[in-house]
Amino acid sequence: MTGETRASEDADVLVIKDASVVLAGRTILDRVSFTVAPGSFTGLIGSNGAGKTTLLKTILGLVKPTSGTVSIGGAAGPRRDPIVGYVPQKIALEPDAPLRARDLIGLGLDGHRYGMTRPSARRRNLIDEILAAVNATRFADRRVGRLSGGEQQRVMIAHALISRPRLLLLDEPLANLDIGSSHEVVELLRRIATDQGIAIVLTAHDMNPLLHAMDRIVYIARGRAVSGTTAEVVRTETLSELYGYHVEVIHAAGRVLVAAGEAGEGKNARTPPAPPDSQVG
Amino acid sequence: MDLSAIIIEPGFFSNQPVQTALVVSAITAVVSAVVGVFTVIRGQSFAGHAFSDIGGAGASGAVLVGAQPLLGFVTLNVAAAGVMEMIGIRRARGRDLATGIVLGVALGFSALFLFLATTYTSTSGATVSILFGSLFTVAPSLIPVVAVLGAFVMALIAILYRPLLLTSIDYELAAVRGVPIRLVGIGYLIALALAVSLSSITIGAILSTALLVGPPATALRLTKRTGTAIAVASAVGVAAAWLGILISYDTASWSADGNGWPVSFCIVAVVFVFYVSASFPSRLGHRVRGHHQEPVKSLEPS
Repeated sequence: MTGETRASEDADVLVIKDASVVLAGRTILDRVSFTVAPGSFTGLIGSNGAGKTTLLKTILGLVKPTSGTVSIGGAAGPRRDPIVGYVPQKIALEPDAPLRARDLIGLGLDGHRYGMTRPSARRRNLIDEILAAVNATRFADRRVGRLSGGEQQRVMIAHALISRPRLLLLDEPLANLDIGSSHEVVELLRRIATDQGIAIVLTAHDMNPLLHAMDRIVYIARGRAVSGTTAEVVRTETLSELYGYHVEVIHAAGRVLVAAGEAGEGKNARTPPAPPDSQVG
Repeated sequence: MDLSAIIIEPGFFSNQPVQTALVVSAITAVVSAVVGVFTVIRGQSFAGHAFSDIGGAGASGAVLVGAQPLLGFVTLNVAAAGVMEMIGIRRARGRDLATGIVLGVALGFSALFLFLATTYTSTSGATVSILFGSLFTVAPSLIPVVAVLGAFVMALIAILYRPLLLTSIDYELAAVRGVPIRLVGIGYLIALALAVSLSSITIGAILSTALLVGPPATALRLTKRTGTAIAVASAVGVAAAWLGILISYDTASWSADGNGWPVSFCIVAVVFVFYVSASFPSRLGHRVRGHHQEPVKSLEPS
């Protein structure tokens, strides 16, 4: 479902064409195609085991596609800053680890370089600026390991943003957050996309907290993906075709619920994987 | 004058084994502290324990063939670092049974080599000196070797400083930023292997992780900055080592037969006292100031 014209494709910060990933004889991703425009907000939605994480790793270059292409960039000319910023799902730092939030953000600037950090006024200003942008100034001098999940998430976003990427990838940023912090993180990401023109791509198993923020949705099931606006994708016909059996898209109280129907044709069809959002919170 | 003579028994500074002990233990304490801070941040103190078991077998084997124990510690630990990198230290930790058996076999070999050495060669005392250390018997000729190894480890850590921190946050994050994570991983494991080797000749194989983990754990209670933690841990390590040496020397002078408390025990005891002392102010701080100073996680509004 990539209906873009050639002209807009040139400007896209991420173009995935027919990407397949086969690991140990198993097809994890099956001819996935979609594009991401600068400053857009894209959700990669799917249940556990659907292929979200593999797709994310393919975009990050940690997994090579067996066939198809993944191209990142778009803008002509060499850039010294990295194009992709990455925010892992969670970090496992000891609570006592002697690393403050501002130190971790500073590592986003030069953590990949050898040698020790050389403090400078310019560096400090940059970190202060980004701390304010993600609303993390309050806990800038606290140990990262002692911050709450939502606070760590904001610090990690700042860590990724400080290197001025064009594309920000986040792995399940809402997975460990309560509703309040989850809402804050979505608002923050939406603002980053709009104000700074940085494309946001994130994975999630529940699309509901993202419905109002997403420009495009990439819905993944059984290694296949369908992309478009939520109105185009989150429909009974589209998702039933993707799952290969009947699912019902139900709109209730401003939330979307994808419920498994009876397995369509074929009695020998194995128990279908539960679609995401099959439980209303 | 009188008081200092009571605290520091006469002959302390002019005593040759004491001089060697002071120098070797200081270098060891600083190297252990520097590496140890990263060991704690990376949650890899397990690897330190593995090195102390495996190095013990190497040193025992070295004694058996008449070589320097340090050579045995270094050789087998660096080899073990390579193996750990190959199988992945994280995975090894997950495979508790296999890892436990391998480390058990290493200790078994220590027992065999030490038995053979004490039975068939004239190296009585090797068992205690390998496993529990005998700092006062370290040859002065070993100082240059210890200094060179120590300088190498410090240089390695200085070079890997930022990538080590980045990989400790998240491996894939570091990989995405273009950090050669395997190279950084093996570099760090070699630094750890050498630090444990040096610590082993100071306070023995079994106690070696006390110098690796104790001073950094103390520092972590006192500061939240990486650089400051390294400095504090180094100071705590050297202070513990020197105080331990002093106590051991003094107790020897006090006793009638000239046998003092083992220097390894004295050092480890001082490390523990420092750690416990550092815990008290932070506990009190929590209770008095509550939220304002580094609140504990459960008090956080989530």
